[in-house]
Amino acid sequence: MTEYILRFIAGGVIVSIFSILGDMLRPKSFAGLLGAAPSVALATLGIAVVEHGPNYVAAESWTMIYGAIALACYSVVVCHLLMRFHLAALPSTIVALAVWLAVAFGLLAGLGGAA
Amino acid sequence: MLVKLSSDALKQTRWYEYGVRFLLGGLATVFAGIVGARFGASIGGLFLALPAIFCASATLIESHERRAKEKARLSGRRRGQEAAALDAAGAALGSLGLAAFAGVFHLTVSTSTTGAFAAAIAAWVAVSVAAWWLRRRLRIVSHPHHSRS
Repeated sequence: MTEYILRFIAGGVIVSIFSILGDMLRPKSFAGLLGAAPSVALATLGIAVVEHGPNYVAAESWTMIYGAIALACYSVVVCHLLMRFHLAALPSTIVALAVWLAVAFGLLAGLGGAA
Repeated sequence: MLVKLSSDALKQTRWYEYGVRFLLGGLATVFAGIVGARFGASIGGLFLALPAIFCASATLIESHERRAKEKARLSGRRRGQEAAALDAAGAALGSLGLAAFAGVFHLTVSTSTTGAFAAAIAAWVAVSVAAWWLRRRLRIVSHPHHSRS
């Protein structure tokens, strides 16, 4: 339980720091870079490396590359849903999660995890 | 336009919006930990790049822009969507940096944990900023009159 409380606080703090920085940066397209900040990764890998050691986090970071590629596809789809289909931000970001899941698990199934 | 850091935008953010981000960030990190523990490192790793808080941040950006336009008695709906789309375009470029973060961390973590975090963050910043700059240069060359973003 303590581990999950620690994860919650670490994740919340790191995500908040990147979000505040994103609010302060201009132009908006540059601030958007922080939408793909490694906030969850920093908190999770930091705890996992202490708990499981370097081999475990090396395997996690390998498939994180697939997750990042899926995030790029997700962001492009969100952009198109907003600009071409005139959907609002909330439904666009929720509908596009299907794309993230399909690309991430598709890459994992096709390329496999770390050796 | 140069990259600028301004605290003015923080005045637009309401106190509960910080709470929402903290909550979602915390829950996304707990969720990633549970997935890793239940299904192993390979599936857990995917969820380190889950766009969990993107829903909240895009919605907040949209509502901030809409409110600003409505204050001036203009319809802000379209402007809000455009601002959120610009944020999403930035996140697409930032994802390249995130992939670089993961790749560098994977290659260096067996040597030094602290060094791996430092190198991975440096790779994230360098690749994200380079991708943004390159896209901006290409836009200026192809659309010299539409290079606001």
